[in-house]
Amino acid sequence: MSDNNMMHQTSLIAKVQHVFSKDTELSLPEFTARYTRKQIEKPVIFIGAGTCGLGAGAAKTLAQTRLYLENNHIDAEVVEVGCIGLCSAEPLLDIQLPGLNRISFQKITAEKVDAVLKSVFNLEMPEEAEVLGQFPGETSRRWDGVPNLMEHPFFAPQTRVVLKNCGIVNPVSIEEYIALGGYASYLQLLTDNTSSEVCDLVEQSGLRGRGGGGFPTGKKWKFAHNTPADQKYLICNADEGDPGAFMDRAVIEGDPHRLIEGMAIAAYGIGATKAYVYIRAEYPLAIKRLDVALKQARELGVLGKNIFGSGIDFDIKVKMGAGAFVCGEETALINSIEGKRGMPRPRPPFPAVSGLFGKPTIINNVETLSSLPEIFASGIAKYQSIGTEFSKGTKVFALSGKVTLTGLVEVPMGTTIRQVIFDIAGGIPNGKKFKSVQIGGPSGGCITEANLDIQIEYESLLKIGAMMGSGGLVVMDEDTCMVDVAKFFMDFIQRESCGKCIPCREGTKRMLEILESITHKPKDGSQYETLERFKGIMQLEKLGKVIKETSLCGLGQTAPNPVLSTLKWFRHEYEEHIFDRKCPANVCTELRVFKIDVDKCTGCTVCAKKCPTDAIIGSRKAPHFIVEEKCISCGNCFDVCKFDAILIS
Amino acid sequence: MDFTININNKKLAASKGETILEVMNRNGIKVPTLCHIKDAFPTGACRMCVVEDEKTGKLITSCSFPAEPDMHIQTHSARVVESRKTIIELLLSNHPDDCLYCVRNKNCELQDLSEELHVTERRIRGVKNKANLDLSSASIVRDPEKCILCGRCVYTCEEVMGVACIDFINRGNKSVIGTAFHQGLNTSSCINCGQCIMVCPTGALTEKNHFAQIQEALNNPKKRVVVQYAPSITVSMAEELGMKPGVDINGILNAALRKVGFDHIFDSSFSADLTIMEESAELIHRIQNGGTLPMITSCCPGWVKYAEEFVPEFIPNLSSCKSPQQMMGAIIKSYFADQENLKPSDIYSVAIMPCTAKKFEAQREEMTREGISDVDAVLTTRELAKFLKLFGVDMFNIKPELVDSPLGFRSTAGKLFGASGGVMEAAIRTAYHSITGKEMVDFQVSAVRGFEGRKETKLDIDGLELGVAVVNGMANAVKLLDEIKGGRKDIHFVEIMACPGGCIGGGGQHIGTSEEQLKARMAALYRIDETERIKVSHKNPEIIDLYNNFLEKPLGHKSHELLHTTYHAREVVK
Repeated sequence: MSDNNMMHQTSLIAKVQHVFSKDTELSLPEFTARYTRKQIEKPVIFIGAGTCGLGAGAAKTLAQTRLYLENNHIDAEVVEVGCIGLCSAEPLLDIQLPGLNRISFQKITAEKVDAVLKSVFNLEMPEEAEVLGQFPGETSRRWDGVPNLMEHPFFAPQTRVVLKNCGIVNPVSIEEYIALGGYASYLQLLTDNTSSEVCDLVEQSGLRGRGGGGFPTGKKWKFAHNTPADQKYLICNADEGDPGAFMDRAVIEGDPHRLIEGMAIAAYGIGATKAYVYIRAEYPLAIKRLDVALKQARELGVLGKNIFGSGIDFDIKVKMGAGAFVCGEETALINSIEGKRGMPRPRPPFPAVSGLFGKPTIINNVETLSSLPEIFASGIAKYQSIGTEFSKGTKVFALSGKVTLTGLVEVPMGTTIRQVIFDIAGGIPNGKKFKSVQIGGPSGGCITEANLDIQIEYESLLKIGAMMGSGGLVVMDEDTCMVDVAKFFMDFIQRESCGKCIPCREGTKRMLEILESITHKPKDGSQYETLERFKGIMQLEKLGKVIKETSLCGLGQTAPNPVLSTLKWFRHEYEEHIFDRKCPANVCTELRVFKIDVDKCTGCTVCAKKCPTDAIIGSRKAPHFIVEEKCISCGNCFDVCKFDAILIS
Repeated sequence: MDFTININNKKLAASKGETILEVMNRNGIKVPTLCHIKDAFPTGACRMCVVEDEKTGKLITSCSFPAEPDMHIQTHSARVVESRKTIIELLLSNHPDDCLYCVRNKNCELQDLSEELHVTERRIRGVKNKANLDLSSASIVRDPEKCILCGRCVYTCEEVMGVACIDFINRGNKSVIGTAFHQGLNTSSCINCGQCIMVCPTGALTEKNHFAQIQEALNNPKKRVVVQYAPSITVSMAEELGMKPGVDINGILNAALRKVGFDHIFDSSFSADLTIMEESAELIHRIQNGGTLPMITSCCPGWVKYAEEFVPEFIPNLSSCKSPQQMMGAIIKSYFADQENLKPSDIYSVAIMPCTAKKFEAQREEMTREGISDVDAVLTTRELAKFLKLFGVDMFNIKPELVDSPLGFRSTAGKLFGASGGVMEAAIRTAYHSITGKEMVDFQVSAVRGFEGRKETKLDIDGLELGVAVVNGMANAVKLLDEIKGGRKDIHFVEIMACPGGCIGGGGQHIGTSEEQLKARMAALYRIDETERIKVSHKNPEIIDLYNNFLEKPLGHKSHELLHTTYHAREVVK
């Protein structure tokens, strides 16, 4: 920390103590020690209470913890933290006893709470619970035989810049954020640097937009910075809508002050005095925590008028989106904030020149903005040293699907996809074979085994027909049908298209219909229909090209990607669906052909009774048969047969 | 010109701020557009106008992209044409293929484009969206299945008319243009102006058709079928017939209507003169007796409904005079019926209007007496052209005839009603005479003429200072009303016409009317005013007769009963 920075830290702390009427005057080291919990006076219990934790039962864990403490008359502090990233291990429960390292347990559902707390308070390792690791302290004692959490294979390869505090600190404590060096970078920039210097520094750092496109952030700011206007706006795009993406939610739930500081830095750089966080209404917890954090920041004076005597005004408004995927698109988002229907506008004019209410507007994504405080706190050079030549810094990915450990990982650019899936996330569960990973959600593409060793960078991903996107990684194993995957994304996109431009509105629907015709049972099996299906697949490519080239906004321009990319890498699967009328992964239910093994069938008649189309015939205690013409491949017979007599081919 | 850009390998001069489309249009390069509206902020919805930017290799929309120095553009490369064709094919894949049954057959932009782009095969098939017709409105029929969502009607309704009764609803392929809560247009705030029809590229918006009822009346020997036509009709029919704009076909029209079988042919310009007699008297009465000012005209049924819905506080300002259509209707079924010894129910009264809102006006409850409507059916200019075809009238081979009398002779003042400012000019001429007892030296009031959205002037009539304002296009009217609400006291008389340019630009006129065509129609009306002799309503001999024989005097007892009406605030979904 530079001297200047330390000075700011001290003045911030004085301000904190003044604003929040703290009795004691603490020095910087004392304040830091207290709020980083280096020294604690009573036990602290941390519970992962982000949306993922709550989904896994953290609310009950929390209640049970409080009940235990009350029943046993234990004076301890219970802190609700955000998500540390290991969502599949939630609910996480950490305990820090005075003088001892903080220790973390996974999957602590309510019924395990008593046993865990009892053991730990008796300084014993609980038998039932699985310990994840411990956080080494400077002066506190270690737990024997417990590894450091950050040496866990899930965490060890990560570089945590944006997620630094997530799951560790109390997200709604501005003191804790300040104790860890927060807001000092902002105040230092306000006093030491002009706004154009801030733009230069960000450009030097090599930071690129994390929302998908990867445009250099500093360069983008300069467009707005250099456009004269009486009012400029900053918008934080937190309308995270990709299926399988939840990075922004976790960051806001786990460390909202980092976003606020990042926004304040960005606003100073571009000369904006007003900012919006456009966040989807489906994130109530994130909104709540952000609101609390904003209130704290205003009370402290890091938001508001004449911030710390700099003459700079800045404040942030939270604006909720109503759940339209397209409102993640910059211009549609602007329309939505203006109170209009969320439909994109043609560009140019670009928002940086004429955006919200016709004023220069910069829209950055949560992760981009949340990277800023650390870039300045640890220095531009440090940040430049992370990543590859053209893609600097780290990227947060949301891992989901057929992978052992799901959750959030933050890795330096240049890491390979194989490292992320196999080294960090533990590979594919149940001994299944890896098939593909969808990166970038409905706008992205799939990456196959052959490309797993590609380094994660904006350009390299584009080269193989995928894109960085916002950071969703959906892993698929051999049981996944790629035509079905393409259909899923096409269905999503055609429902979420705003309906404004023709290629996207009509084209995506037609592409979906072609995919449906491929995966559905043929209606009459006539040659004409086969011909139509065959024509359909040729049309997929043609339509996809026109939709990509002519659509109005990013949503349409990338809408055909999942189809085009699966067609590129898994063409054989499409062909099997079309020519053989078979789904190799047995996912497309309508293409399954059921037969009865006459040797195994006992004639119990259960299947015949359950068949919705009366396609199964046979007399009692004699083998039954399926009439293929009547069968709709629903699979009821397969599910109810106790003798494994139903075969799928 | 500031710089050159390269289009199709030719250097073309361009100005800063100009779009590529504007440069192309100036240089005779035509690229198709569907969502584009001149002078409106481009929406970029249809993607038809894409051109290839050779430097970036991207397809960009020429309607929204500003021309930049040294651009290299290809407007009809194979890639561009294929993209446009695919877009049209996509539209067709979700369009009911019933061109043969469509009102807009042979007059449809989608049809034209599919021909231009040589769509000859059904390459793209799919499930077509289904939707019900909205037949609820008295004036306008909506067929969402034919809608291609270009958004021109939404823009026009909101930005030009300030009504915004329709908008985009739903997302993706389920997107439709509709009213709030999918209620019928009749319960929406629609003012029936029909400007949406004027901009609709397909048959998704059309007027409600009254052919069957009129034909039935014509075939009924017991019915006396009479017809009146609005002042603007004779100068705006030309385009429908394929003649050059601004030609006055008054005489031919009279002959044609007789050929169809109408028993009497009247000119609404006559009742426009009658309106002036009443309205100018009302204005003077209000000024002299401290009535509500400014007085605002009530000839335009679109504006009247707008006032009832959006600004009911101005209802006391509205002139109580019925519109010329309704005055004529009332006189036909009273004075004319008496003269011909007919009961009102024996008469079937048709009006030919440049307007769809007139259809609504004709069926207003206030416009009936003892359960009988003053006007039974209304045809728009467009419908009239079709109606004449239906009856085999060859407009190019008939001799001009005169209109019937009485109720047919008009002054040129009445004829001026067809253009924005016409009512004002006609009223000033008669009011001047009423106040001073003298005729004006120069009848032309240039300050209220022309195509501008708002015209204002001050008149000095024998020491009486009269402030007048003329607005056309509802959005322009709203601005003026806001000023009046804000305390402007210098205006005494306001003419409001909902449609741009007044009735010559009405929602019932020729589809695709351009500004140039509107100006030609306007010029035709002014030409008539210049060349004919009787230029003031109060000198119309048939008007004088009507007052002498029947009405007695303006604002008299009979006038009140027949020619004046009331308005009421309306609750609608806004």
